[in-house]
Amino acid sequence: MNYTIETILIAVGAFLAVLAAAFAQDALFQQHMWVLFAVLAIGTVLMLRRISFAPVGPKPSESEYFDEVVRYGVIATVFWGVVGFLVGVVVALQLAFPDLNIEPFFNFGRVRPLHTSAVIFAFGGNALIATSFYVVQRTCRARLFGGSLGWFVFWGYQLFIVMAATGYLLGITQGREYAEPEWYVDLWLTVVWVAYLITFLGTILKRKEPHIYVANWFYLSFIVTIAMLHVVNNLAIPVSFLGTKSYSAFSGVQDALTQWWYGHNAVGFFLTAGFLGMMYYFVPKQAGRPVYSYRLSIIHFWALIFMYIWAGPHHLHYTALPDWAQTLGMVFSVMLWMPSWGGMINGLMTLSGAWDKIRTDPVIRMMIIAIAFYGMSTFEGPMMSIKAVNSLSHYTEWTIGHVHSGALGWVGMITFGAVYYLVPKLWNRDGLYSLRLVNWHFWLSTLGIVIYAAVLWVAGIQQGLMWREYDSQGFLVYSFAESVKAMFPYYVLRAVGGGLYLIGGLVMAYNVYMTIRGYKRNEAPIVGSVPNLQPAE
Amino acid sequence: MWTFYATILWAIGYTIVYPSWPGLTTNYKGTSSFSSRSELSAEMDAAKASQKVIVDKIAATPVGDIAKDKSLLEFATAGGAAAFKNNCAPCHGTGAAGGKGYPNLNDNDWLWGGKVEDIYTTLNHGIRYAQDPDTRTSEMPAFADVLQPEQIKQVAAYVVSLTGKPSDPALIEPGKTVFAENCAACHGETAKGNREMGAPNLSDAIWLKVNGEEEIAAQVAHPKHGVMPAWGARLGDATVKQLAVYVHSLGGGE
Repeated sequence: MNYTIETILIAVGAFLAVLAAAFAQDALFQQHMWVLFAVLAIGTVLMLRRISFAPVGPKPSESEYFDEVVRYGVIATVFWGVVGFLVGVVVALQLAFPDLNIEPFFNFGRVRPLHTSAVIFAFGGNALIATSFYVVQRTCRARLFGGSLGWFVFWGYQLFIVMAATGYLLGITQGREYAEPEWYVDLWLTVVWVAYLITFLGTILKRKEPHIYVANWFYLSFIVTIAMLHVVNNLAIPVSFLGTKSYSAFSGVQDALTQWWYGHNAVGFFLTAGFLGMMYYFVPKQAGRPVYSYRLSIIHFWALIFMYIWAGPHHLHYTALPDWAQTLGMVFSVMLWMPSWGGMINGLMTLSGAWDKIRTDPVIRMMIIAIAFYGMSTFEGPMMSIKAVNSLSHYTEWTIGHVHSGALGWVGMITFGAVYYLVPKLWNRDGLYSLRLVNWHFWLSTLGIVIYAAVLWVAGIQQGLMWREYDSQGFLVYSFAESVKAMFPYYVLRAVGGGLYLIGGLVMAYNVYMTIRGYKRNEAPIVGSVPNLQPAE
Repeated sequence: MWTFYATILWAIGYTIVYPSWPGLTTNYKGTSSFSSRSELSAEMDAAKASQKVIVDKIAATPVGDIAKDKSLLEFATAGGAAAFKNNCAPCHGTGAAGGKGYPNLNDNDWLWGGKVEDIYTTLNHGIRYAQDPDTRTSEMPAFADVLQPEQIKQVAAYVVSLTGKPSDPALIEPGKTVFAENCAACHGETAKGNREMGAPNLSDAIWLKVNGEEEIAAQVAHPKHGVMPAWGARLGDATVKQLAVYVHSLGGGE
């Protein structure tokens, strides 16, 4: 028999969810527990259908890679990516056309965290888990540690995503940016994350390759730091063990600083370090060239993780945060500029000797534009952290433009590149369904990002200038509402940029689906590319 | 790489000049004695000082006399416009045209009077604002407790007939009687209203809260009452005077 214990555990979980719903202290907790029950009940039924009473077959060979979970992870990445982009376009349209706020479940306040969490944690998180499992096995030459623990990490993480997302729509939030889920969902994520750490670390420990490749250092720092950030920032005391509400362990400016220490390093370690791990494996692989400078990558790693952790206070310039903390946040942010560019140079120069591939291989092109956007937003970030610039840019759309040039440009594009690399490998196809569709995806996304970022630069600077405009008699010229009204055309254009990016995501989903099904599009090769040489018959 | 060293050197230099490294009980203060709090208060003081002469003059001048001094009037109108955008626009709209339940301040229909002194009093103490003992208060009773539903329909039809066409002309006559017996005390024999008690003029086709006969009937039965906060304590006398001058200048001032 297989899956016995797993099935029983899920069924028990479903039963506990019913109990929690029955004894819930507040209506929201009750609704949320019914959601949990529904999810777990479906899970139980699916597991029951898979149970076979045949004797358990031989254990999978230790010399084989555990790739099934990576396949699931890639599909989840593509799925959540499209969902996250779609919700993003909806939110963008809600800003331009407030009538699209559908009370109570789909108003802006609830849908916005759904968007941020869907793209960061669902899309980005699944991409990181899947690629890290893929990379760590290959660079360690070892099967994933922990048997089916990898499955627990994957499905446990999906459960976290579903609970977080449904919680937002129900209106359950602890009001901390990028950490909105309430205490019980946080606890579950902690369990899953520890399992993830064990799986990853265990694989490194049993490696057959003496050297730990730099990508694994980045992945490991991401996993460890996110665990620390998550636990500390979410320290809270629940009002009841059967209720949604909890109170943070911190208060006042300490609370704000803890939140932004978390928030900034979620960017630094989730969206940067993890995806740099991706870059250090997939760019050399796709280019067929070794990393430009391995020494530089080690400097890049240590400088980055040492400096990033200090930069959080730059989110709280000109607030109640003491001046000394603001100063430190700012100078560490500025010092971070060069290590980041070191990483960018390392990624770009990996192509030296293979520059023609930018012309002939759209997947490489995707990775290179990702690195270019990484360089751009890691220049923009330190610049915006300088107090004089921040006094203009803070609280404006510029910040949102900056986040998106990093998220759409760097995180999104490097993930697309990795997905396009992985899908044919994982499903044993001799290539993607269509390289021309990759090309389409590339241009749609790039155009979308450029529109998005450029529009929000203009919008943000205009906003900042309107807020500080004084007339000759010393009176403010504009009211806040007038600056909101002035944003309308930018909001519409921003939705257009996001829409292009969403269409690109749909093209990718189609391409991936067709590749998995084993089709090959009959199309002209990309101009200048060398066709795959077939062995003689 | 050299740029990296340069940023590190710059960072060390910056942290020497500005408040930075924490100690056990306090932090290193920097050589520049900078603090964002003192910087802010210095800038605020400078801004206040630049306006001080004229603001003091406005504070000392009775609100009705501000218009007599051209420079005062000009400053007060500009200052009132800025204060209006930040404080009043959320309800009355950026252009002061109001909305349902929020009076239009551009027209000459005034509930509590359109002289600059009247506007000043309204701004200072608010309307039905319980925290201010001198607030303007009036409350139309709920006539559902006094009149029969039939009578309410009749009086609504009568009120509509003053400026338009009611649904059933036969209701006008009995409605007129109901009005004279119940409403005229506040709204006046000819329904022109009474500013002493903030009773609106019902004969000018300007409707603050209602739209059409049914809504008039509902308002007669169970009236809704708007509230405006008292701004005097919050904004200070000089700013309220500027606001009064600005609102008075919008077109409906008397």
